[in-house]
Amino acid sequence: MPKSTDDAAILLDELRRDYGERTALAGVGLELAKGLTLSVLGPNGAGKTTLLRILATLLRPTTGQATVLGCELPREAWRLRGRIGYLGHEALLYRDLSGRENLRFAARLHGIEAGHAERRIGDLIGRVAMERHADRRVDELSAGMRQRLAICRCVLHEPELLLLDEPAAHLDPEGRALAEPLIGSGEGRTRVVVSHDAAAALRDGERLLALDHGGAVAFEGATSSISAEALTAVYAGALS
Amino acid sequence: MRINLRTLSIASVVMIAASLALVFFYAPLDADQGFIQKIFYLHVPLAIVALSGFVIGGLHAIRHLHTGDRLHDARSYVSIHLSVIFGVGVLLTGAIWAKASWGKWWVWDEPTLVSFLIVFLLYATYYPFRYAIEDPERQARYASVFAITAGAFVPLNFLAVRLAENLVHPRVLATAEGGMPAKMWLTFLVSISGMALLWATLVRFELTAKSASAQLARLRRALEPGRPERRAPVPARAAPTIAGGAE
Amino acid sequence: MSAATPAETPFREAFLAILAKDLRSELRTLRSLPAMALFAITAFVIFRFGLDRTKLSGSLAAGVLLATLLFAAILGINRIFVAEREEGGFDAIRLAPIDRTALLGAKISALLVYLLALELVAVPAFAIFFLDSAAPLAPLAIVLLLADIGLAATGALISSMAVNSRARDLLVPLVLLPLVVPLMIAAAGAAEPLLEAGGPGYERFGTWLAVLGLYDLIFLLVGYAAFDFLLED
Repeated sequence: MPKSTDDAAILLDELRRDYGERTALAGVGLELAKGLTLSVLGPNGAGKTTLLRILATLLRPTTGQATVLGCELPREAWRLRGRIGYLGHEALLYRDLSGRENLRFAARLHGIEAGHAERRIGDLIGRVAMERHADRRVDELSAGMRQRLAICRCVLHEPELLLLDEPAAHLDPEGRALAEPLIGSGEGRTRVVVSHDAAAALRDGERLLALDHGGAVAFEGATSSISAEALTAVYAGALS
Repeated sequence: MRINLRTLSIASVVMIAASLALVFFYAPLDADQGFIQKIFYLHVPLAIVALSGFVIGGLHAIRHLHTGDRLHDARSYVSIHLSVIFGVGVLLTGAIWAKASWGKWWVWDEPTLVSFLIVFLLYATYYPFRYAIEDPERQARYASVFAITAGAFVPLNFLAVRLAENLVHPRVLATAEGGMPAKMWLTFLVSISGMALLWATLVRFELTAKSASAQLARLRRALEPGRPERRAPVPARAAPTIAGGAE
Repeated sequence: MSAATPAETPFREAFLAILAKDLRSELRTLRSLPAMALFAITAFVIFRFGLDRTKLSGSLAAGVLLATLLFAAILGINRIFVAEREEGGFDAIRLAPIDRTALLGAKISALLVYLLALELVAVPAFAIFFLDSAAPLAPLAIVLLLADIGLAATGALISSMAVNSRARDLLVPLVLLPLVVPLMIAAAGAAEPLLEAGGPGYERFGTWLAVLGLYDLIFLLVGYAAFDFLLED
């Protein structure tokens, strides 16, 4: 495995995560340089979400090395938290509060000063076209609206690394278009994107990690080095 | 402790036999209470060993949280488990003594017994608490926090109950206070030793049994064909574990 | 404008943020407080008939009041972590660059606020229903404050574990009740002489307050030491 320098945003070596006897990730190794996107593909149960959650410091690896933005996990997880933005399956919004109040809460937890936070929140809400709904209670909003708010929450503190679990979920085409400038591949963002869409994965990512059942690595490398057909073949084999 | 199970068992049997012999043939008859006083040699050692067991369970729990090694969790669980069982014995023998001495099956006047009841009730909740948590690692962690919290609770509880009792009332169990003749002391000490050895033997026995069944389960699965990821969680690795119910 | 290595958000800031969020949420939805207050008052009525008494004093008064407050408290304790659990299981807190003990501190403080609010309603009601004079109420408030701290500390700790279990509503009363026995003993020990028919007495008042304080200290420490382990994964 390449033992790289601090240029790597993410460096994984033999990363493993078990739940009792069940293996969710079986020895994943990869390197992701800053400014690049890693696409993670795989069938359900292949460990994609587990991997993302480990990178987000929400889970501890069972064995193996994980270094994210120069922080060794799990030891230095506390140093990493403020620098990553995580978008998971749950919107992580409190239902009794409005979208704006939720974002203010997140801003406070990230130590963003109140005035600056207010401006940033206003700006983000505008960018996802949620001005009319930002002051309504979250439980009155549709899934698509919540996802837009979740995207705001994810980038609120200007993270250096984005960890996105199916970011387009629940979003209508307008939503996806609005989200693109915030969490898309432009502007030299370092991202890890989990998705089911192989074509999009090959298109948007520079690196690809294809996982298989039981968290085994089916393919790891540059997206330029594998074609869509080859990828399908990998999965055809995996699905047997 | 590298003493093996067989040695422990033999030592326990010997010590218990010795204490029984002493209780029935050596220890003098109590002037006030007569023969029934001899239940003291069963009741008090049971209580002391049970309470020590709870404390030991708490200590193992601390080590578990510190190291993350599930072996300590297993030790904590088994220590508490057996102490709860011994606790039932304490309460039953306490009731028998109360009936024989006071004519009632339970007395609120004896602060030690009352404190023990409360401690017992707390540790009895350890099981439903533990098994209500599904994720095995989380279950072990939470159980350790419980064991530590309960351990902190025990002295506080004894203090509060002691303060609550009307101190004018005579204490029924004048245990280990001055005035016990030497022969009673000896019998008492031998009884405690026997009880402690019995406890340690049972702990070792249960841990060994769990470890064996865990290994057996793992071998079974290793021999079976097919993918492992859809299997239900089973006790893991070298340490005997509690989750999943290898009970 | 992101700093090169953003520092951890200060404890005080995180604590206040979570506490404010919880209080705002409760004020808006009023899920816990009215239920707790209503429960307490109804319980008093039940005691009035169950004991067939219209006046209470001494140990009986202390017992009825404290038992009722305890059971009402459990209603609030059950719910204190539910909002975190619902939306992604604590993730929002765990992703934040904060000391996670701030969460425990905020929850204990929120519970304390709820308990004090409960008592603001329940204790006067109790006095009106069963007592002859309001003289004991001031010293009683001190006893209740100390007891509330201990109850909040232990309740929050147990609740944080129970919320992740299958039998959430069952586990809190089951495990919490034995744990708060020393607290109840001390609170009742102090309250009983205060509520004597002839006027408030202060037998062993200091001793009981000391026991309450000790309980509070021990369980706050246990919570502080153990909470990080509860939020790991």
